[in-house]
Amino acid sequence: MLRLERRIEPSRKMVSITPLLAVVLTMLAGGLLFALLGKNPVEAIRIIFWDPLFGQTAFYTRPQLLVKAAPLILIALGLSFGFRANIFNIGAEGQYIMGAIFGGGVGLAFYPSESIFIFPLMILCGALGGILWAMIPAILKTRFNTNEILVSLMLVYVAENLLAAMSLGLLRNPEGRGFPGSRNFQEWDSVFNAEIWTGTGAHYGVLTAFAAVVLCYVVLTRHLFGFHIQVSGQSARAAKFAGVSPNWLVVACLGIAGGFAGLAGVFELTGPAGQISIDFNVGYGFTAIIVAFLGRLHPVGIMLAGLLMALTYIGGELAQFQLGVPAASIQVFQGMLLFFLLAVDILVNFKIRLKTRETA
Amino acid sequence: MTALLSLSGLTKQYPGVLANDHVSFEIGKGEVHALLGENGAGKSTLVKMIYGLVRPDEGEMKLGGEDYAPTEPRLARRSGVAMVFQHFSLFEALTVAENIALGMENPPEKKELSERISTVSANYGLTLDPDRLIGDLSVGERQRVEIVRCLLQDPRLLIMDEPTSVLTPQEVEVLFETLNKLKSEGTSILYISHKLEEIKTLCDHATILRHGKVVGTCTPAEESAKSMAEMMVGSELKEPKARDFQPGAVLLDVQGLSLPSKDPFGTSLRNISFTLREGEVLGIAGVAGNGQDELMLALSGEERVQREAIVLKGNPIGHVGPSARRKVGLLAAPEERLGHAAAPDMSLTENALLTGLLRQQLANKGFIKWKETEDFAKAIVEAFDVRTAGVDHAAKSLSGGNLQKFVVGREILQRPLVLVINQPTWGVDAAAAASIREAITDLAAKGKAVLVISQDLDELMEVSDTFAVLAEGRMSKPRSAKGITIEQIGLMMGGTEVPDAAA
Repeated sequence: MLRLERRIEPSRKMVSITPLLAVVLTMLAGGLLFALLGKNPVEAIRIIFWDPLFGQTAFYTRPQLLVKAAPLILIALGLSFGFRANIFNIGAEGQYIMGAIFGGGVGLAFYPSESIFIFPLMILCGALGGILWAMIPAILKTRFNTNEILVSLMLVYVAENLLAAMSLGLLRNPEGRGFPGSRNFQEWDSVFNAEIWTGTGAHYGVLTAFAAVVLCYVVLTRHLFGFHIQVSGQSARAAKFAGVSPNWLVVACLGIAGGFAGLAGVFELTGPAGQISIDFNVGYGFTAIIVAFLGRLHPVGIMLAGLLMALTYIGGELAQFQLGVPAASIQVFQGMLLFFLLAVDILVNFKIRLKTRETA
Repeated sequence: MTALLSLSGLTKQYPGVLANDHVSFEIGKGEVHALLGENGAGKSTLVKMIYGLVRPDEGEMKLGGEDYAPTEPRLARRSGVAMVFQHFSLFEALTVAENIALGMENPPEKKELSERISTVSANYGLTLDPDRLIGDLSVGERQRVEIVRCLLQDPRLLIMDEPTSVLTPQEVEVLFETLNKLKSEGTSILYISHKLEEIKTLCDHATILRHGKVVGTCTPAEESAKSMAEMMVGSELKEPKARDFQPGAVLLDVQGLSLPSKDPFGTSLRNISFTLREGEVLGIAGVAGNGQDELMLALSGEERVQREAIVLKGNPIGHVGPSARRKVGLLAAPEERLGHAAAPDMSLTENALLTGLLRQQLANKGFIKWKETEDFAKAIVEAFDVRTAGVDHAAKSLSGGNLQKFVVGREILQRPLVLVINQPTWGVDAAAAASIREAITDLAAKGKAVLVISQDLDELMEVSDTFAVLAEGRMSKPRSAKGITIEQIGLMMGGTEVPDAAA
């Protein structure tokens, strides 16, 4: 029999190996899943992981990689601060929506002016929208000790209904022949968040996401704020003894997560999505939770995990048309990734030993 | 009276501490037997062995004349030993009956169980409604749930760990009636407490533990609380080391410090006043749970109090947090090393930063100077002889004594004006303990002040110039440690003011 033995200190080697191990296990289990669906597993894995980058349609799918990865990375970076401090905001999807509504709403107030100030103003308001939405669980937690997991999650559904109301009412395009949805930002030159270099998919949101990776890396490893977050995550009492205010930390971590999610929302709105519509959000806020943990809450890890997750989105869509696998099988596949990561995580703190008969 | 449980030569060694050293005694059938001792005397280890949570290294137990060596609590319960812990294990969102069913191996049908709970609770005067949610019950009622859970097993021996610490006086009376009824039916009770008056009224016999050894047995009814206290703390006191204590200017002035406890198991601090002068080591004695942790939190700044209640060299600092207090020179080393004084999974370097940040100037505009931090950690390791493979290793990889040297050293190297230490040598080996005590007296010799909170009277006698006792959140007036007797300490623990012979 196998036996788990606690390590004296967590293994640093395992911290970096386990995500790769999780990817390999996901490929194996995913292959099995596709085989059971009657598809060729090797082909399915190739379509998901290889074709988006190097296949025949790569000219189209490669730029999509950055487009899909950027919001995931940006949101996951924001979430990672709170997750490190055991503050679990799982409502980034709602904060993402509110970023788009705030940023988009402010922008539309200036339509059709062509001023270079409108786009930056929209971006700022997007971040603000996300922050304000995240302040609801933050203040409820600090004032009334509510559970931020539940409150932030519930607020996602509130935000989705607000989004629908905005698409049908206040922000609906007056020239849109009654169809739901706002004006299209892609058709408004000074606001359209277009590709900066043709064929890369890189819009301002992508640049912001990569800049945020560097910024977060510096804050988490070199700055006291990152240190205080780490201490709080490990031991709330030690953090309090060190002089960290737990309430301030809740506000700061939720604020950062909300701000980053709001930014992702407004970049998506002015770029790839184009308009506020009922189906504007596609679950980036939830997938980002997987990305944050897959990346070990480390900025560089999150960047890699975001790219990987984007790959499975694009590869998953390819597999849907080329092999006809159901859309749900791709979600199962992404879920497996988090499942295996959490499962192999135990190797960080434990060693596997062959069990020898215990002498009493 | 025939013996129900007899213990002979029970010994348990933990790394660095001999928790139980050849403990032997007997508990008779239908006897209420008290187990007395200070914190750390080995009471919990002993009951854990009886309840099957810990296996003894040596010695044997007999229950009802048969060999008894439970390897897990389930087997202890099967042999008729039940225990009510000080801290309850109940689910607030479930009902009384559901909670009790969870702890049973073959719970009966819900209706039958409810009836049995009602019967047992009525028989023993423990009013309890099986359908109520635990979350709606008071602390006393929750304890009844735990007791009824034990009684449903028809135990031969019931172990109770400090049952009255959470009860109101009225609830204590009800509990005592229940225990007397159980006793009259032939159930034996092992009663752990340090409330001496209770033991006098309730218990037939008492065994007194000190430093893991049985130091005496008595019949509580024939003893006075004072004589039992003397047995608990030991009859010999070391004379304080001859030190030239010349009190200088007042460094820390605490006046009328009160702090209501937020924790139902906690103790509120009531109107505490004392001063600490240059060169002074004030030792605060008392049995654990009498406000030591709360006093520590109030002084470190983790709990804020009235602005003027704490004044350091003329600066009122009662209202500010730990960082601001460190800045002006009030440093602290809490009792719990892992998880309070240090973060277990963080390296020694990171733990050095934890409190050293401000006074060692380890950051520049919020950016951490890792090189200087590492040097500071290395300096602590060097100066206090901390045995570690390197400062990049996690705090939890160090032994208790080495980590304690690191924690105390970290504060001392920051040149405090006043240092507060709770349990400086708790669970620390003798060599490390000696070096920590020396560091404390050295600091005082340099004209700083130290407040030592400890339950080890020998330790307090060794380091203190002045002495006070904390009892139920109140502190006695500090007096000279010179010439103090055990008898006087016993009186102080009971709340009587003892005038300073030297003053």
